[in-house]
Amino acid sequence: MTPLLQVNQLVKRYGGLVATDDVSLALQPGELHAIIGPNGAGKTTLIGQLAGELRPDSGSIRFDGHDITALPTFGRALRGLARSFQITSVFPEFTVLENVALAMQAHRGHSFGFWTPVLRQAELVEPARAAIQLAGLHHRSDAPVAELAHGERRQLEMAMVLVAQPKLLLLDEPMAGMSHQESGKVVELLSSLKGRYTILLIEHDMDAVFALADRISVLVNGRLVASDTPAAIRANAQVRIAYLGDEELPA
Amino acid sequence: MKPWRISQSVATAIVLLLVLLPLYARLAGEPFALTFGSRVLVFALAAVSLNLVLGYGGMVSFGHALYLGLGAYGVGILAHHGVHNGWLQLGVTILTCAIVGALTGLVSLRTTGIAFIMITLAFAQMFYYLFVSLKQYGGDDGLSIANRSDFGLFTLGSPITLYYTALLLVLAALLATHRLVHARFGMVLRGCQVNERRMKALGFSTLRYKLSAYTLSSVLCGLAGLLYGNLTGFAAPAYMAWTLSGELIVIVVLGGMGTVFGPLVGAIVLLISEELLKALTDHWMMILGPLIVLAALTARRGVYGYLLDWDAWRAQQRRAGKGAAP
Amino acid sequence: MTFSLFTIQMLNGLQLGVLLFMLSAGLTLVFGIMNFVNLAHGSLYMMGAYFAATAYAHSDSFLIAALVGVTGSAALGFAMERIVAARLYARDHLDQVLATFGLILFFNELARWIWGASPYYMNVPEALSGTINLLGISYSTYRFAIIVVGLLVALGCYLLINKTRIGMLIRAGSSNPTIVAAMGVNIKMLNAAIFALGAALAGVAGLMSGPILSVQSGMGEPILIMAMIVIVIGGIGSVRGAFYSALIVGLIDTAGRAFLPLLLREFLDRSTAQAAGPALASMLISIFMALVLALKPEGLFPLRNR
Repeated sequence: MTPLLQVNQLVKRYGGLVATDDVSLALQPGELHAIIGPNGAGKTTLIGQLAGELRPDSGSIRFDGHDITALPTFGRALRGLARSFQITSVFPEFTVLENVALAMQAHRGHSFGFWTPVLRQAELVEPARAAIQLAGLHHRSDAPVAELAHGERRQLEMAMVLVAQPKLLLLDEPMAGMSHQESGKVVELLSSLKGRYTILLIEHDMDAVFALADRISVLVNGRLVASDTPAAIRANAQVRIAYLGDEELPA
Repeated sequence: MKPWRISQSVATAIVLLLVLLPLYARLAGEPFALTFGSRVLVFALAAVSLNLVLGYGGMVSFGHALYLGLGAYGVGILAHHGVHNGWLQLGVTILTCAIVGALTGLVSLRTTGIAFIMITLAFAQMFYYLFVSLKQYGGDDGLSIANRSDFGLFTLGSPITLYYTALLLVLAALLATHRLVHARFGMVLRGCQVNERRMKALGFSTLRYKLSAYTLSSVLCGLAGLLYGNLTGFAAPAYMAWTLSGELIVIVVLGGMGTVFGPLVGAIVLLISEELLKALTDHWMMILGPLIVLAALTARRGVYGYLLDWDAWRAQQRRAGKGAAP
Repeated sequence: MTFSLFTIQMLNGLQLGVLLFMLSAGLTLVFGIMNFVNLAHGSLYMMGAYFAATAYAHSDSFLIAALVGVTGSAALGFAMERIVAARLYARDHLDQVLATFGLILFFNELARWIWGASPYYMNVPEALSGTINLLGISYSTYRFAIIVVGLLVALGCYLLINKTRIGMLIRAGSSNPTIVAAMGVNIKMLNAAIFALGAALAGVAGLMSGPILSVQSGMGEPILIMAMIVIVIGGIGSVRGAFYSALIVGLIDTAGRAFLPLLLREFLDRSTAQAAGPALASMLISIFMALVLALKPEGLFPLRNR
């Protein structure tokens, strides 16, 4: 099976620092692949390159059969690569529904409409409502986002990345800053998406990672030191060393 | 029974007063009121155009007076060469402003923040110097416009016609703004102001939409310039001066940026304030300056913005009072 | 075109360049460190010129004029920072633009009120009048003095920023303002000092400009806009960038105004060249800025690691 996402020997340097050191990765369709690593491992830089915000110094990225290495961020989004942000990046002055409709809008033709209100456009509102339902925010559809709690905003983020039925979900620490209960909800949601969506999950929450991932890659100092099933990663000595003092891997 | 909203009442009252102003001017024998009213409307139209990019798009353009000037010169230069047909002048103005707007926008939008502000200022200044050096069109002194724009069915030579044309255009622009901000284009523009990075991640080619908004805005401002030239009977480099660009920004913020009615309210408030201050002292700018500083420090939401806030607060109180979930 | 004409224009360009640098340095520092758009920087320049001109008229001593001009500007800058600017560091650029715009209106009218609307003339100091022989060419001694002063000021800035402790704080503040505050430095006083320093430099520029330009209300804004172009071309926050860019802009503008009309006369008929020459020359630096932005939006000499 051709991988949906193929990262080949990606390298990114900042002056003397090698932030991404010859990283290669392949994601099969329907796979939930988690990337873990200590702070400063280069996860942010890697995501930046996958999302199109950073240009790698060398290496290539193939998505859905096409080379997207030079494709700008919005182009990748239109091809089905949806990215969520670690720091919640929703639009506070809009309502939940408006936020998700906006996320849908990019995929439904051009936005040179000057007269018809977006909330009267069924091709935007219906998928938006469906995504909101999926993310569990149905009861807050018409609330201005400014009134939402942190956890609810993270749910909104999820709705926004799901609404256009992307091919790949690039999730940047979706559980950041969440309580145990809130994380549980997200894990539930991601479980329900497994198989239907291909997901690249960057996370610190080890319980979630080991519960969800089909495969786990470990990033340390820009290098991928291991890439295997959860069980193998758990047993991997190198990984233990990398994480010494950082976190206890779940038994 | 819909609850009473002060913002709506104020807006309605203003429109009513504006519609009736020429009547008052005629009855009270105050032609100045009509001229002043036209001036307010011209600046309101320019402010509506600026509000689009500044209030909704977050692009602080400090060079919008450029298009005001281009509009005036669109009339002036053509009239100078004997072309008094309003439609032709309109066409030339629209075309010129669109091209200049698109080109300067293309360069300016490669930057953000402080750089963007400075670059728009620099471009406007560049054109200012250009027109100063065009001696054949009056140079620094400007060009006088003897015959006003003739649109066939009507001509802008009559003060009343000019006034009602301006009023109609302002109201149309306000309506268009109201529709636009909730339509696809407006949502993208507003999204870009809040978080452009997110917008790109969602799949929007943000430059395309920001540039379109900027170009649209410059054309509308040019339209205001066309009216301005007809109002004053003059076109001068001073119409492109940075001071005028600054005044437009003050109007937009003072009225309430990012609100539909703000620009009109701002134009009324600023121009009336200026008249009052002028009556007080010759050195009225020494008072206006600090007032603007004060406004920048305190009055963030603008007059109409505060009215909207008050309505929202009262609505929230009502919801809480009824015991219903907010 | 003779060697003499060419060299004189080059020297004039250099002179404009150092003047622009003195104005741009303060502006770019305040932009880069406090993230503050100070449109009223031109007003500091204008007030410096007025202070100097007035002091000169009453004392006949250029030295006293210099002292009054520079310290006056610095004091004004300090006051401006404490009363207005400091309250706006955390705010939108729009609020800063609005507030400093209000300040410009105030100062321009203040100048009109105190000194009248007509230009205030400042004579070239006796010791610096006349011409000096450079490379076999007669060049205005005063303009040469401006070049010398400008280069000395630039050298002073370089030494201050690179060799002193406060300079280290300035450089640190440029790349990471929050860390400097966290280091326990009295950030309020540092900001005020930087602002006052910029104002002082503007004051020097105003002082030196006095005898060759007309000191009048509104004189600050045209040159402020040129300074902004300099900063955008050089790279916002970079004093080094401001220096090189100021020289480049000064040369382009001066040479453009001097030679472009002549050049155009080679290709176009007299009347068109007569009209187009000055028009094009005045647009030259803006076009150059547009070109730089198209190719290198961050400026020619941007701060690294920003």
